[in-house]
Amino acid sequence: MDIAFYVTAAVTILATLLVITRHNPVHALLYLNVSLLSHAMLFYLLGASFAALLEIIIYAGAIMVLFIFVIMLLNLGKETAEQERKWLKWQVWAGPSLLAAVLFVELVILVSSSDGTAYEPAEVTPREVALSLFQVYLIGVELAAMLLMAAVVGAAHIGRHKRLVLHRFLKEEPEENVHEEEPVL
Amino acid sequence: MKSSISIDMVILLAGLLFALGIAGVIIRKNIIFMLLSVEIMLNAAGLAFIAAGSRWGQPDGQVMFIFILAMAAAEVSIGLALILQIYHQHKSLDIDKLKEMNG
Repeated sequence: MDIAFYVTAAVTILATLLVITRHNPVHALLYLNVSLLSHAMLFYLLGASFAALLEIIIYAGAIMVLFIFVIMLLNLGKETAEQERKWLKWQVWAGPSLLAAVLFVELVILVSSSDGTAYEPAEVTPREVALSLFQVYLIGVELAAMLLMAAVVGAAHIGRHKRLVLHRFLKEEPEENVHEEEPVL
Repeated sequence: MKSSISIDMVILLAGLLFALGIAGVIIRKNIIFMLLSVEIMLNAAGLAFIAAGSRWGQPDGQVMFIFILAMAAAEVSIGLALILQIYHQHKSLDIDKLKEMNG
């Protein structure tokens, strides 16, 4: 059997486990980056070199930069780590982890009922991917373009700096009062 | 490079990563960590697609992975904008404090 696959799989699982248990956001982000890079290695071992490249460029490059920018903007540091340490108690994570473990055990039982024959992964070249993407799945590409456009417009709209929004009946209007009082003074 | 991988192992790995992502979403109270866990789950789904595409030697698995990637990029940009807005309005990332909808 292939030793590289198992080593990479172990690295992926360990890094992911560390992501969901770290207190400091930056540490969790760095471990997620390790996890994404080992995902890319797994894709390469499975013969999907184009997907491995995309994983590194888009996930480990672009999306992680977005996360880092947000953590920088929110100035999350030691206080957040302290807060997480208080929140992440044993009583909190025992139950949910048990439920997730039950789901995983169900999957193990389902998969083990099949005949697991080993195979040699054939490489699927970027040329085949491109031909399939722009012939069979052309409508999907156009829909993805619309989705990304909507995401950009939505993010620009949501991310605008607004003041605390009150209901319109609760809103005080100090300017009118000032105008009424001015003649008296 | 010669290698032989059992499809069961890859699917089990994807399932384990997905279960870890679910556990991360449930046990965390900070929204940023929940978004990170959602990313883990999306990656696990992508791994399952790639494994299936590699098993049958078809490009469809990678095509689906590209769609998942585009969806994840859109989701992250919207989610992070929402997180910034929530932090400006509530000065906190604790999901228990966000109960103005009384859900």
